Amino acid sequence: MLEVTIIYGFINSVILALMALGFSLTFGISGVSNFAYGALYVLAGYTVWIFMHKLQIPFFLAAIIAVVLTAALGLLLYRVVLLRVRGLVISEVIATFGVGLAILETFRYLGFTGFEYTLPVFTDGSVMIGATYVDHQRLWIVGVGVVIAIGLYFFIHHTRLGLAFRGIAQDERTALTLGIHSDRIAGISVAFGSGLAAVAAILILPRGTISVNDGYDVLINAMAVCIVGGLGSAVGVVVASFVIGYAQMASDALLGPHWKMIVSLVAILIVLVIKPSGLFGKQKELEERI
Amino acid sequence: MAGHPASAHKTGPEKNAAGPEAPAARTTLRKERIDRGIKARADDIFALSSYREMLYVALPPVLPVICLLALPLLLPIYWQKVLISTAVFAILAMSWDFLVAVGMVSLGQALFFGVGAYIAGALDQYAGLPVWLTIPLATVLGGGLCTVTLLPVLRLRGIYFAMVTLVLPLMIERSIEATHILGGTEGLTGLKPLPSVWFEVYLILIVSMITLFSLRRLMTSDYGLVLKAIKDNDRAVMSAGINIYLVKAQALFIAGSLCSFCGAFMTHVYLFVGMPAFALDYSILPIASAVVGGMGTYAGSFMGAFMLVPFSEALRGFGGMRTVLYALSLVVFIVALPEGIFHYIQRKYHQFERWVEVEQ
Repeated sequence: MLEVTIIYGFINSVILALMALGFSLTFGISGVSNFAYGALYVLAGYTVWIFMHKLQIPFFLAAIIAVVLTAALGLLLYRVVLLRVRGLVISEVIATFGVGLAILETFRYLGFTGFEYTLPVFTDGSVMIGATYVDHQRLWIVGVGVVIAIGLYFFIHHTRLGLAFRGIAQDERTALTLGIHSDRIAGISVAFGSGLAAVAAILILPRGTISVNDGYDVLINAMAVCIVGGLGSAVGVVVASFVIGYAQMASDALLGPHWKMIVSLVAILIVLVIKPSGLFGKQKELEERI
Repeated sequence: MAGHPASAHKTGPEKNAAGPEAPAARTTLRKERIDRGIKARADDIFALSSYREMLYVALPPVLPVICLLALPLLLPIYWQKVLISTAVFAILAMSWDFLVAVGMVSLGQALFFGVGAYIAGALDQYAGLPVWLTIPLATVLGGGLCTVTLLPVLRLRGIYFAMVTLVLPLMIERSIEATHILGGTEGLTGLKPLPSVWFEVYLILIVSMITLFSLRRLMTSDYGLVLKAIKDNDRAVMSAGINIYLVKAQALFIAGSLCSFCGAFMTHVYLFVGMPAFALDYSILPIASAVVGGMGTYAGSFMGAFMLVPFSEALRGFGGMRTVLYALSLVVFIVALPEGIFHYIQRKYHQFERWVEVEQ
């Protein structure tokens, strides 16, 4: 029993990290709010489904198209909405949250709910780890999640673009004097984050049916991981995913499935009250409170 | 205020021909801003010398009040109910606007609303108190409870405070679902009603108007100056020797009580309180109303609610599209017309011109 909790807690943590990476890249690393993140996640899932079932495109091709389309949509969101309210943080949050709400509720209105809305697994089957069965899809999730997390760490620490992402969050004016086109970089950051949301959706959604409410849950989980881990820290995202992931697993096992979501919310609250900059956050430590 | 001195003093036959009263051949007319002769040194100090000028100043606040008080007499029962929820959302929007004016951006008015609703429901169900006791008690207790809950995060600014308020109603909703307290997913039913629909309509209309005018009055007082200063520069207010946490807590209590009253009131209108009291609608709609109407004036939030809620009610046939509509109007207004409709109308009203004769 303990072994099952440990293994599935690990998988749950990686899923959380995967959900949060895109949000963290946009909101945490480059300081641009994209609260339509959960909606883009669900949108990517439905896009794949529509491509597969209405246009008869094979799964992997549909998946690639969905990732590209979602990234393009992120860029469009930035260009049309975010660019005009850049710097007004609350306006950014309200506007993007509004876009997300519109996308999600449109899907609900169009009746995209039910058991037929599922995505196929990558490979069928399962393996034994110790005495626990783990299906292939979860192994895929762990594999891809670890690769993306490591890739993200190197991306934001060792590439020009990644350093520019961090630069515009730390001090936009200084970044400008160093030749970083902050508007363009912020747009790319939103596009990358949206693309990662699509990747996460394609990996995670085959575990169950696609539902509109996933959009809200993903946003809350991603926010929880980002806030607990600390804005601007890739290590923080991973550590926070494991803290919240195991806490969710434990509360699920001990108290019941209803409590799973409450853990994320309580984690956000506690961290915001005690240390708003998060476990590993270094940015803006002085600006968030008085 | 943007004036047009150049165009206001322009004379000439081709300009005059377009005027409402076609000029005689000998006299010269020119346009004059109505407000110029009335305003004394500032935009909100008036020197009035005739009934017409008094009418010009008094019409904008008085006419809507008269219309609103007459409205329930003309409406069928269904639209009276719509009017009730419109007024409730107007109060929620003004309360949101008030918090923003103090620098606390809340994304969860549903928290205040739901707390008031559940307190009223619980007092009715478990303590058996009459309606005229549950609503005032819920108003005060709800405001107090919300203030105490948010005390630890009073130090947070901007987006951090916003995220706490976004999270809290979701958390309470899910906790009620998980623990089955206060009726769980079923909610509390069979509560006592208010005397009549007329009483409901006029109570909420009058409260909403009192809220509107007293908040406007409050913000022009010295206390309101402190509140606004906290938003502009909290450290400067601190160094002036004012305890900003106390003032912020008071502001939270005012805003929380207003929303709690709405919650308690709606509980007794629906005769039911349940998890929908914490629904996203109660958070997003007031923000949409305030943003569409125009922030910072309260009249804007009031107007926004009176535009959005009946409009969405007319679209009820579309079901879930209501939320989409709100969300989109929110995005469009925040991006394209951030000042809001009220500020626009106000500016245009002050720019009204009339034709006056000029002696040659």
